[in-house]
Amino acid sequence: MTTETQTYELGNHPDWEPPSNTTGIIGWLRKNLFSGYVNSVLSLFVFYLLYIYIPPLFNWLFVDAIWGGGSREVCEVEGAGACWAFIDSRFSQFMYGFYPKDLLWRPNTAGLLLVALMIPLFIKSFNYKWMLGGFILVIYPIIAYFLIHGGSFGLGVVETNKWGGLMLTLVLSGVGIVASLPIGIVLALGRRSEMPIVKSVSVIYIEFWRGVPLITVLFMSSVMLPLFFSEGTDFDKLLRAMIGIIMFQSAYMAEVVRGGLQAIPKGQYEAASALGLSYWKSMGLIVLPQALKLVIPGIVNTFIALFKDTTLVLIIGLFDLLAIIQQANSDSAWLGFDTEGYVFAASVFWVFCFSMSRYSIALEAKLHTGHKR
Amino acid sequence: MSEHDSELKPSKPAVWNDPKYRALFFQIVLVLALGYFIVSIVDNTLTNMESRGISTGFAFLSEPSGFGILQSLIEFDESHTYGRTFFVGLLNTLLVAGLGIFFATLLGFVMGVARLSNNWIVSKVATVYIEIFRNIPLLLQIFFWYFAVLAALPGVRQSMSLGAGVEFNNRGLYLPSPVPEDGFSIIGWLFVIGIIATVFLARWAHKRQEDTGQQFPVFFSALGLIFGLPLVVFLLMGSPLSWDYPTLKGFNFQGGISIIPELLALLLALTIYTGTFIAETVRAGINAVSHGQTEAAMALGFTRGKTMRLIIIPQAMRVIIPPLTSQYLNLAKNSSLATAIGYPDIVAVFMGTTLNQTGQAVEITMMTMGVYLTISLTISMFMNWFNKRMALVER
Repeated sequence: MTTETQTYELGNHPDWEPPSNTTGIIGWLRKNLFSGYVNSVLSLFVFYLLYIYIPPLFNWLFVDAIWGGGSREVCEVEGAGACWAFIDSRFSQFMYGFYPKDLLWRPNTAGLLLVALMIPLFIKSFNYKWMLGGFILVIYPIIAYFLIHGGSFGLGVVETNKWGGLMLTLVLSGVGIVASLPIGIVLALGRRSEMPIVKSVSVIYIEFWRGVPLITVLFMSSVMLPLFFSEGTDFDKLLRAMIGIIMFQSAYMAEVVRGGLQAIPKGQYEAASALGLSYWKSMGLIVLPQALKLVIPGIVNTFIALFKDTTLVLIIGLFDLLAIIQQANSDSAWLGFDTEGYVFAASVFWVFCFSMSRYSIALEAKLHTGHKR
Repeated sequence: MSEHDSELKPSKPAVWNDPKYRALFFQIVLVLALGYFIVSIVDNTLTNMESRGISTGFAFLSEPSGFGILQSLIEFDESHTYGRTFFVGLLNTLLVAGLGIFFATLLGFVMGVARLSNNWIVSKVATVYIEIFRNIPLLLQIFFWYFAVLAALPGVRQSMSLGAGVEFNNRGLYLPSPVPEDGFSIIGWLFVIGIIATVFLARWAHKRQEDTGQQFPVFFSALGLIFGLPLVVFLLMGSPLSWDYPTLKGFNFQGGISIIPELLALLLALTIYTGTFIAETVRAGINAVSHGQTEAAMALGFTRGKTMRLIIIPQAMRVIIPPLTSQYLNLAKNSSLATAIGYPDIVAVFMGTTLNQTGQAVEITMMTMGVYLTISLTISMFMNWFNKRMALVER
């Protein structure tokens, strides 16, 4: 084959295919995994590590795992992987704690109701989101309280010491967020106030609670709270934990809301004053609706943090999801399956936190429109 | 004229409509309400404590404690006072927080850069690490490492030897400890002198570059001065250092440095958990430096390494440091979870055991919270100072 020099008229050069090693799978591999010596060695090393660790982990988790069976004998087989029978046999306890079995429909109804109420919030064309949101924040907790705790409408009382598991985790974090939101808003407004005493009281409150670990707050509310009130005031253990969490969380909430207040241009405040609106009217009608919309992702993020932090209540003797798994681990009938318990708890927490954080990111992208400057 | 003037003057609002008096009124009401609240709480607390027979005051701090502590950086046994338990706990908290900050920063920076790597698999592995571990509660991770991993290690008699005298079993990690011999102090002094000389060298090199434009290899000279010189002298003197290896005597290892499993578990969990947040901070910081900066550096003929070191990192640090400090603060506060597995930090020792034995709830809670508040306020004051120094001076 002879090589000829071809000449083309100006502008008539045909398009050639890109070199084969820059397209397709090979091109992708060269570009993303093997560009240069260092990267090649690094890629091979990482693949080697994955090859060593991932297949055994996968086998342990799924392939060799024992999925059912009422006692530990089913798991004492040669070569058996994870013993999910342990989780299976205690599942309802992990979800509801010591809640009476025949009354489980009550927390279930409360949960389903919440899910049903939340669905329209994700529908784009639904126009009453603010009203529904208000309903969920204000009315729903009351309904849920009467459903889960009982005490009227012919429902028997279930004492809070029977509550536990994932239900308690959700109750604690839900109450923590809902109750700390209004307090947080007031504190954030106080911190931006021009009245020196109001401002300094808010700053001291916020900085104090943000400066101490939640665990000391819980200790304090369980040890010191009974001392603070006149004798005869009896505090439920759960209520004490809730008060501690709300005080702690409202400080964080205040900082999130303050971020939103600062993001609103000064012109909005001035325009509201120019229209002759009073302080509360200008805040309630002009500034806060815009600011709160901006900080919804921030609120979701503090909710995630709180959701993870509720595990600390086990230290003051409440049985949230982690505590109840910890207790099940020390049960002599199922000794030696700690890892399974922790993996289960971790995956439950992970599913909740990961989906919420994805939601918060999506929301941020959606809401971050009018205020980009 | 004067009549006209008075017409233009704004009418004076009634007292109850004047913002100045309103503000005054609200603040007085707030002060009174808060004052009433605090007085009633203090009053109730005093009555309650009296009726329960709890004495107030800090006299308990000088009483003998009567309990032992698992790990103590200062000498401690049953005969020491409750006051000393405070310091033992405080030091243990600072120890785990300091080590945790060191390792978490290391892991976080590596993972943050790895997530931005153009190597697909490396960046995916970093992403998976970050997304998994930051969405699992820290306490759960501590329990996992402590109860599921470290407690499942072989016992003392079947201890795993990791080589070089390092032993690892369910009682903890045992490392050989260095024992300095005669003349070792010279090495230490040389090290200090090396650091001081490096500072002066760096100044001189900087000045020379300002004046003449010539660069001086400061980094390698510093390596030589700080580490090379002491090492050479160390070898010339015939290595005046021996190691004390942990050896199995009876039921436990003797000698060397032992790290209790509680500390290990706490450190692992704190490092891995906080590392994810630091990685995200680092990633955000590097992403915040606009790509134009890299292009401009390239156009000026900077190498990749120099672009990173002289252009990207200094600008990224400005964005990274404030959230990084708050991650450090979180780590210090999270180290209080130690109490759940029995690592003797300040919450476990002082707010736990000491409080249970003495019943001095108010004093002890206040002291413990005071410690954390002091740490937080010190770090945030430092951060404000640092921010002011680093902030861009704009026109």
